[in-house]
Amino acid sequence: MTSWLLLATAAAATGAAPAAPEGGLFDLDATLPLMAVQVVLLTFILNALFFRPVGRAVEDREGYIATSKAEAKQKLAQAERLAADLSEQLREARQAAQSLILEAEQESDKLYREALAAAQAEAIAVREKARSVIEAEKNQALGALRKEADGLGRLIVDRLLPA
Amino acid sequence: MVPMPLVLPFAELEVGQQLYWQLGNLRVHGQVFLSSWVVIGALLALVVLGSRKMERDPRGVQNLLEYLWTYIRDLAREQIGEKAYRDWLPFIGTLFLFIFVCNWGGALIPWKIVELPNGELGAPTADINTTVAMALLVSLSYFYAGLSRKGLRYFEYYVEPTPIMLPFKIIEDFTKPLSLSFRLFGNILADELVVAVLAFLVPVIVPLPAMFLGLFTSAIQALIFATLAANYIGEAVHEESH
Repeated sequence: MTSWLLLATAAAATGAAPAAPEGGLFDLDATLPLMAVQVVLLTFILNALFFRPVGRAVEDREGYIATSKAEAKQKLAQAERLAADLSEQLREARQAAQSLILEAEQESDKLYREALAAAQAEAIAVREKARSVIEAEKNQALGALRKEADGLGRLIVDRLLPA
Repeated sequence: MVPMPLVLPFAELEVGQQLYWQLGNLRVHGQVFLSSWVVIGALLALVVLGSRKMERDPRGVQNLLEYLWTYIRDLAREQIGEKAYRDWLPFIGTLFLFIFVCNWGGALIPWKIVELPNGELGAPTADINTTVAMALLVSLSYFYAGLSRKGLRYFEYYVEPTPIMLPFKIIEDFTKPLSLSFRLFGNILADELVVAVLAFLVPVIVPLPAMFLGLFTSAIQALIFATLAANYIGEAVHEESH
């Protein structure tokens, strides 16, 4: 209860304040220009202590980041170019290896065929020779047999005729 | 049985009471200056602490300062425009930081434990002198910005797009500082009063939501003041592109 009363008195005092010669809510006096001067001074002090150094730091960093980013981009482009270059080289090397392998295969194939042909020719020659030798020996043997048969026939004839 | 009035040292209501200092034949509100010095001291301490050793890899308070700087820069750049914002960045930033720290300081620092012979400490922005001073500074700066950038062509702004706008634009020059100062003053004073009244009635827990709301309002008011100031300056330096 008392606090409500006190509040009412306070409110009444508030209402009555402008009428009082001293004080009041809207009491404009020399505080105003002095406060303005104070704020202007504060502006200059803060400009020197805060806005300029911090601004410089932030903008330096922004510049640093921008240049680093550009540099990194450049480096990335360079690396990409290098990588493309190298992969091109790699591709060429692979191609060269491929053609080399192909060539070697063909070479070995050819060598194999030649060797095979030579071996076959030699085998045929050897067989031919062996056959002709066999043929000659057969003929010789046949001749000898015939001769022998003739001799025997003549012997038979000689023995029978005198009788 | 008369209940004892529950009067705590932090829950007294004094409105419109000032601590007068006599400087020559000028009278100033001492409590406003005392609390504003505390606020400025805190602000400068933070700034000096954070910018003592600036590094490219920020650490500690430097992070906070850089965050604030970029925040203010974006605000100023958006409102004033790419060309002129650099000249006005410190002014807008100082307004924002000063009002913000004043408002939050008024809400967070337990001023009431300091007994003054008359009046009480609080947010400096809860005094009409402070807000009017800053609003007039904003008026001066947008006139200066416009005149220094465009010369007398600045006054073309008053008859654009048609001369019919002239009286409205002239009235605007008066309503701008009026609304700036009264908005800030009214919000902060009302917030302090609400918290004080609630704390006076129920000194536990109940004022807390109002206090949180007050912190929110305080931050918003600082942002609004700085944004509007930047916007007025931007309007004054704006070049018609044709």
